[in-house]
Amino acid sequence: MDKEIKNPKIKVENLTKVFGKNAKETLKLLELGMKKNEILKKNGTTVGIDNASFEIEEGEIFVIMGLSGSGKSTLIRCLNLLNKPTAGSIYVDGENIVKYDKKQLKEFRQSKIAMVFQHFGLFNHRSVVQNVEFGMEIKKVTKPERYKIAMDTIKAVGLEGWEESNIGQLSGGMKQRVGLARALANDPEILLMDEPFSALDPLIRREMHEELLDIQSEVKKTIVFITHDVNEAFKLGDRVAVMKDGQIVQIGYPEDILNNPSNAYIEDFVRDIDRAKVLKVRSVMKTIKDTRKASDSPKVLMKQMDAEDIERIFVVDKNRAPIGIVTIDDCIKAIEEKKTLEDILKTDFLTVTPDEYIGDIFDKSIESPYPLAVVNKENRLVGVLPKARIMGALAT
Amino acid sequence: MVFPEVFNTHFGKYVEDFIMWLTKNYDYFFDGIKSGILKFMITINDALMFIPWFIVIALVFWAGWKLISIKSGITFSIMLFLIGSFDYWEPMMTTLAIVLTSVVISLLIGIPVGILISYSKRAERVAMPILDAMQTMPSFVYLLPAIMFFGLGLVPAVFATTIYALPPVIRLTNLAIKTVSKEMVEASNSFGASPWQTLMKVEIPQAMPTIMAGINQTTMMAMAMVVISSMIGARGLGLSVLTSINRIDIAMGVEAGTCVVFMAIIIDRLTQAFADRYRYE
Repeated sequence: MDKEIKNPKIKVENLTKVFGKNAKETLKLLELGMKKNEILKKNGTTVGIDNASFEIEEGEIFVIMGLSGSGKSTLIRCLNLLNKPTAGSIYVDGENIVKYDKKQLKEFRQSKIAMVFQHFGLFNHRSVVQNVEFGMEIKKVTKPERYKIAMDTIKAVGLEGWEESNIGQLSGGMKQRVGLARALANDPEILLMDEPFSALDPLIRREMHEELLDIQSEVKKTIVFITHDVNEAFKLGDRVAVMKDGQIVQIGYPEDILNNPSNAYIEDFVRDIDRAKVLKVRSVMKTIKDTRKASDSPKVLMKQMDAEDIERIFVVDKNRAPIGIVTIDDCIKAIEEKKTLEDILKTDFLTVTPDEYIGDIFDKSIESPYPLAVVNKENRLVGVLPKARIMGALAT
Repeated sequence: MVFPEVFNTHFGKYVEDFIMWLTKNYDYFFDGIKSGILKFMITINDALMFIPWFIVIALVFWAGWKLISIKSGITFSIMLFLIGSFDYWEPMMTTLAIVLTSVVISLLIGIPVGILISYSKRAERVAMPILDAMQTMPSFVYLLPAIMFFGLGLVPAVFATTIYALPPVIRLTNLAIKTVSKEMVEASNSFGASPWQTLMKVEIPQAMPTIMAGINQTTMMAMAMVVISSMIGARGLGLSVLTSINRIDIAMGVEAGTCVVFMAIIIDRLTQAFADRYRYE
């Protein structure tokens, strides 16, 4: 189910982070298979991350999801070494950043990676534009140049006109826009986002989701996004990793995790999710593999339906574009009355694409008396989506 | 019951010997400091006396008006005018010169020390008891080494005043740097800032409101000490208070004391208001 990562931007191998003294001893205990709370009792050390390995593809939004205390914030802080890993390696573009010396680390942080914080981490002694300039100021970009970039970035996050305002004057949503602008202005390749929208109210949060996706479609950064909110994770994440007690318990596409939760913990996690907003047509539809032709007679179609044990079937033209639907009853009638296929073909069917969310096609499904035809970009029929399948997918 | 005499020890003697040794072997060092401080202070004093009295009053009125309210501005200028009319204008300026010099030295020492101990736990453990001792030691005791090092006059007064006024600025700087939001420091680090850049661009600006409160306290401590230091020959308002005590001159004591109070009020309110301006939303 996990597709091969072709182009890993970040590759984490056996990453472990222990807080407190006796880190070495704790590593040994972990190897022996001791649990996090047992180690805390015995050794007084806290295991933040326990042997995490994963890869993040260039340009994807990788969401790390977990409850508070699961180690997700610790993990994201390892990626820019705000937390120094106790063991393991982190490769970014093939270089192990854990081995970086001070100078290399500084360069790495200044040019490749930027972070957005849960409580914004904005400097309230600076104006909005001065906040956005900060990263470039550290890099010693000249004043006019960084001012120009900052102004452009502020515009891009929709804060035009607020450049000279104080941070205290802004609402929560606007503050996080400044946080995002400050990170983007540095033009990093990797963007770390540590529960960036958790402190915002639901309406603003939704707005920020759309905005982030919009921005991402233009800038195509590699984004590592932390959240405790399943709906947020599945909405934004190209892939999602679920963490518990410092371990990564499952990694996969949102739909995979939803449909095949690897254990009871994840099942629990995804229970209250709105499945209609996560499941795509692709994962629910019935895939079509046969090679029907437009010239097929009612007789051939009837045989086909008989074989597949279905009562309706889509008819396609020579480009495999759906042109209509016939029922088994009509076929029988047509054969008796010697009618042609065109006579019984019903063309008032509706089409959807594989990448649409189930939630977005409810109306079409109710409106249409037939199953929905699923067509790809080239308008070829790739699947069928009967109402029963939709109901089934949402019910579990 | 009396404490048995066999246990009698006296460490004061060793401190005395040490101070004697210092003055004897490093007199050039103390002389250097002495002339440096003296020059600085006299320059300030001359500058303060050079400004015509009405301009001083106008400036204080303006500062009170802008920083607090027009009522405060008027009150402050009346107070200053009264000090002048009591014939304490020149002593007031001398006192102000001592206070300013002490405060400047306190800040030059206190802010870096405060930052240092906020970074190093070990340094903090060493510094804290010393600071406690500095604040609880009866202030008169500072006068003794001050005399030993610098003789009588203005410089030992500045020395004693500085030691007395130093703790608040160290403590509050330490506290201020430590309470800078962790996320802000992380944010700064995440952009690859060096420790020095983080200190200058984030921590110190963030600590400024609290440091300003420390400056206010230090100034008030200096005001309190400057009267006491008149005992070792500092001129100024303190000397008038001291003289009135010696002569049991109630009229003089009341007037000189009132001047000290007025001065303290003006300086306190103005530095306080200035510190408040630094609060960030």
